[in-house]
Amino acid sequence: MQQTFTKAMARNIFLGGAAFFLIIYLVLTVDSWRQIPIRDHASQMSPAAERGKYLMDSNNCIGCHTINGEGAYYAPELGNVYTRRGPDFIKAWIKAQPIGGYRQMPHFNFSDKDLDDITAYLQWVSRINTNHWPPNIQG
Amino acid sequence: MNFASQRVAKPYFIGALALFAGQIIFGLIAGMQYLDGSFLFPAFPFSVIRTVHTNLLIVWLLMAFMGAAYYIVPEEAQTELHSPRLALLTFWVFLIAGVLTILGYLFVPYSQLAAMTGNAILPTMGRGYLEQPLPTKIGIVLVALSLLFNVTMTLAKGRKTSLNIVLVAGLWGLALLFLPAFYFPVDTVKASYSWWWVVHGWVEGDWELILSALLGFILVRMTGVDREIIEKWMYIIIAMTLISGIIGIGHHYYYTGAPEYWIWLGSIFSAMEPVPFLMLVVFAVRMLISRRHEYPNHAALLWAIGTPVMAFLGAGFWGFMITLAPVQYYTHGTNFTAAHGHLAFFGAYAMVSLSIISYAMPHLRGRMANSLRAQRWEMTGFWIMVISMFVIALALTGAGIVTVFLQRMGEHPISFMGVQYQERVFFWIREVAGFTFFSGLVAYLTSFFVGGDPVAAHGATVPRGR
Ligand code: HEC
Ligand code: HEM
Ligand code: HEM
Ligand SMILES: [Fe+2]
Repeated sequence: MQQTFTKAMARNIFLGGAAFFLIIYLVLTVDSWRQIPIRDHASQMSPAAERGKYLMDSNNCIGCHTINGEGAYYAPELGNVYTRRGPDFIKAWIKAQPIGGYRQMPHFNFSDKDLDDITAYLQWVSRINTNHWPPNIQG
Repeated sequence: MNFASQRVAKPYFIGALALFAGQIIFGLIAGMQYLDGSFLFPAFPFSVIRTVHTNLLIVWLLMAFMGAAYYIVPEEAQTELHSPRLALLTFWVFLIAGVLTILGYLFVPYSQLAAMTGNAILPTMGRGYLEQPLPTKIGIVLVALSLLFNVTMTLAKGRKTSLNIVLVAGLWGLALLFLPAFYFPVDTVKASYSWWWVVHGWVEGDWELILSALLGFILVRMTGVDREIIEKWMYIIIAMTLISGIIGIGHHYYYTGAPEYWIWLGSIFSAMEPVPFLMLVVFAVRMLISRRHEYPNHAALLWAIGTPVMAFLGAGFWGFMITLAPVQYYTHGTNFTAAHGHLAFFGAYAMVSLSIISYAMPHLRGRMANSLRAQRWEMTGFWIMVISMFVIALALTGAGIVTVFLQRMGEHPISFMGVQYQERVFFWIREVAGFTFFSGLVAYLTSFFVGGDPVAAHGATVPRGR
């Protein structure tokens, strides 16, 4: 490194660069926060869907599945499972577990109401505007 | 070792290595369940095993970073640690809380764990890496506060080197970036958006500061190169990290519901994220070439050069392959991501932890370097682990590519489970390489127990107080 480029200059680039891009990020996040509720139809999230989400979180479904590509890669994508399988299949599927096969899903002791709520949440998720992801119905 | 209080680092390093071994065992179980879903099922479903695997990873890395801080901060500040007793107490609190949490995952159904720990009052559970019940999350904050208090007080009363300032600032950032773990909005898109503040904010932001400071420290010590030069490099590297990485977080916002402009912003900025990793390689190589003396701990030198190289491959190269929006459209959420996650986490953060342990443990055991025999065991472990992890990454990349072609492209896409079945060969390769990785870890751990004549502390060629 040349003598003319000092450590203090390097430090200032670090501090200045970090501050500059942090501010830009904050501004973009404010804008994203404004747009997200429109893109995901937040107003249509019913109390049932909210409860369904809580059930999915507190049973760690994403410990095996992905939702919109985030989670684990052991089991099928759930972001679009409502479109792929429909509500009746989903409820029957969860009730029937475990059914064997080379990978397994546990049995959860969900009531019929629980299953309705989970399906309501999965329906809400399937409507999020994800820029046309996944590429096809298989997720 | 110049200060008695640095000794508190030792339990942290030992604890970290023990948890590392646990992490790998659970990885092997998870890998087995990929091939045979009935393995340990229904007693221990995949989700439980995976959670234990990833949580042990985070805990042992944090433990290694803390040990590193308790070792480095006093030495850099040229003064004793503010409170060694607090540091020791914190170690036991952290270890016990960590072990209890793991036992909770293993033996209490997750929904019951949530019910028992007040998750309904403040929901935080059910997100990747942040699966911990509320009391554990609060415990992590308290442990972090104790660490921050201790190292900040030490820094305040001692010499303020740039290395030390960046290290301590990095630890503050680590703690602050954990706080979004307590924010889990019902709006799934906002939840995902803010989850990345923790995950991306750590691995592609703040932790790179810690990585650079740790590597900088051992290079100062082992090469004898002028600290001014090393610290200048460090600042440039971490400047590039944040300049590319802050807006680069957009590579997680393409297909998860965030606005469309992130497709452009994320692609452009995250494409620059490999640069600081490349600079880290150039930096380490140049410092080692211009070293002023031979350092007797060859194993530590190997780790110090291996870390930036593997970090560049795993984070820089593998990350780049999946970061541009048109590519990620097909690779998002496949085992390609897992390939990158493994190689990057191992190459950058596991390896820098093992580097600092390799450098510091001989000093903590009252010697300059281990015997040549012990070093040979350690370096054998290095090569076996590095090569195995590389094979793991290649196998997962293969699986990811098959998913892209069969499930994500073409006129007649095959279902997820159908494709996974066809990928079994890759998951077998991953599992076998996982076992060789484990044998490498055993060789590495063995190096702590083989005898021979260590290099004495006095024959020291390292100039003190640089
Ligand atoms: C231990 C891992 C695991 C957990 C936890 C898990 N699943 Fe599954 N799930 C699977 C596997 C594996 C399959 C695919 C099995 C097959 O097709 O043979 C599956 C399939 C499904 C399907 C059918 C998908 C399709 O396209 O056919 C739905 C719906 C589903 N899971 C919902 C859930 C919900 C909701 C939760 C949380 C309450 C959950 N799963 C938790 C492993 C898991
Ligand atoms: C050596 C044997 C190992 C095996 C067999 C193994 C196996 C696994 C498996 C099966 C998963 C779950 C993947 C999924 O979600 O479907 C996983 C996840 C993960 N493992 Fe490992 N692992 C091993 C070592 C490691 C090491 C050494 C590290 C890091 C230092 C690591 C870091 C991770 C991370 C970060 C995840 C989450 C990945 C993601 O979500 O993309 N693993 N591992
Ligand atoms: C040492 C630094 C890094 C580590 C430890 C790391 C680790 C990870 C992990 C574990 C994931 C999976 C997260 C999940 O569970 O969903 C991930 C995702 C990702 N990483 Fe990294 N990463 C690092 C650096 C980078 C860099 C430098 C780039 C870009 C050049 C990058 C690009 C990505 C992308 C695009 C994804 C999303 C993949 C997807 O869509 O599924 N990463 N990273
Ligand atoms: Fe990222």
